[in-house]
Amino acid sequence: MANRVLLNRPGQKTVTTTKDEENQTWVQYVALIRDNGDREAFAKLFHHFAPRVKAFLMRSGADASLAEECTQEVMAALWQKAHMFDPTRASVATWIFTIARNRKIDAFRKQRRPEPEDLTWGPEHEPDQADALALQQETDQLGHAIAQLPDTQRELIEQAYFGDLSHREIAEQTGLPLGTIKSRIRLALDRLRHSMK
Amino acid sequence: MTDTIEHHLTDALLMAYSAGTLPEAFNLTVATHVSMCDECRARLGAFDTIGGALIEDCIETDVAPDSLDATLELINNPAKASEPVGASRASDCILPAPLRDYIGGDLSAVKWKPVGMGVKQAILPTSKEATARLLFIPAGAAVPDHGHRGTELTLVLQGAFADETDRFARGDIEVADEDLNHTPVADIGADCICLAATDAPLRFKGLLPRLMQPFLKI
Repeated sequence: MANRVLLNRPGQKTVTTTKDEENQTWVQYVALIRDNGDREAFAKLFHHFAPRVKAFLMRSGADASLAEECTQEVMAALWQKAHMFDPTRASVATWIFTIARNRKIDAFRKQRRPEPEDLTWGPEHEPDQADALALQQETDQLGHAIAQLPDTQRELIEQAYFGDLSHREIAEQTGLPLGTIKSRIRLALDRLRHSMK
Repeated sequence: MTDTIEHHLTDALLMAYSAGTLPEAFNLTVATHVSMCDECRARLGAFDTIGGALIEDCIETDVAPDSLDATLELINNPAKASEPVGASRASDCILPAPLRDYIGGDLSAVKWKPVGMGVKQAILPTSKEATARLLFIPAGAAVPDHGHRGTELTLVLQGAFADETDRFARGDIEVADEDLNHTPVADIGADCICLAATDAPLRFKGLLPRLMQPFLKI
């Protein structure tokens, strides 16, 4: 089961938060797009995610017009790939992140992005509701844990994801020694693992 | 077979793959290992989840006023064919799908070039920041003693090899950096086939391999 190495913990609490409910709603909207080509559901997803995707692309170095163009392509891909979304493996935000990241590699670097082969389950695979709910809750919890990280650690993680920078390039930009960057990121990951237990 | 894998990807590599900051040759090697390794697939899922959480927390940037309409237009009239759907695991293939993509077929389609001592290689078409190549090491043979200037990933696809650090079998990945000088030797039982990615030329210790290095492109 995807995501469980970092996220699994026994005796999981079943309290639903507003964020959980929001995650569930996004999952339903993707299903509505897949099953009915529902434009209203798409507009709601677009309203929430498109400005975030655009911000992500601009923080990664795109100018406003390239970021706008790529954002539209990412959101169009969400519609076109709605049948491939599996809520037991990813939240909608995680899924959109992977689409945006691949678009970024394609548009910024003109490179192919090799992806792992799919796991063997047929198109008839129906996601289990309980699994999907558990995954959305774990995702929410990880979001909280990231927000709780000390600024020095969270900023380095953000730079690693958004800045399109290697650790060496982060070292050049921040003036921090490479060893410090690596150990802070390691500390951040340890902390995230701990908070998911 | 995934249970038998003992050597996995590091957090740093999985995170950089998830973030999309690795050179193409490394992306290919990570994607190939993850195709074979359920544990690393699950860990990668966690790193993608971090990416999703960061996007969720982004301070929003206004999209163009006609952005939604333009996107719906794109959906109605796709400018280009949408990306191919990820290939599924095919049980009769030796190589995982991402690698078959770069070769244009399974192992039988590889265009090997001899590099001496029975060792053969095939360089795969990736961006120039790093090199990906398939290595064929005959059973019992050795790759010359070498060190690295950067990072070298070696993923075993068939057979096994051992070096000064450990033994590596199908699915195992060795992550070697500047500190490691090693002489990988293939197991006697079967020819060994590996996918190797490097972001800097290898440093061979013997004189002859070093002279040949520019010609072999390794």
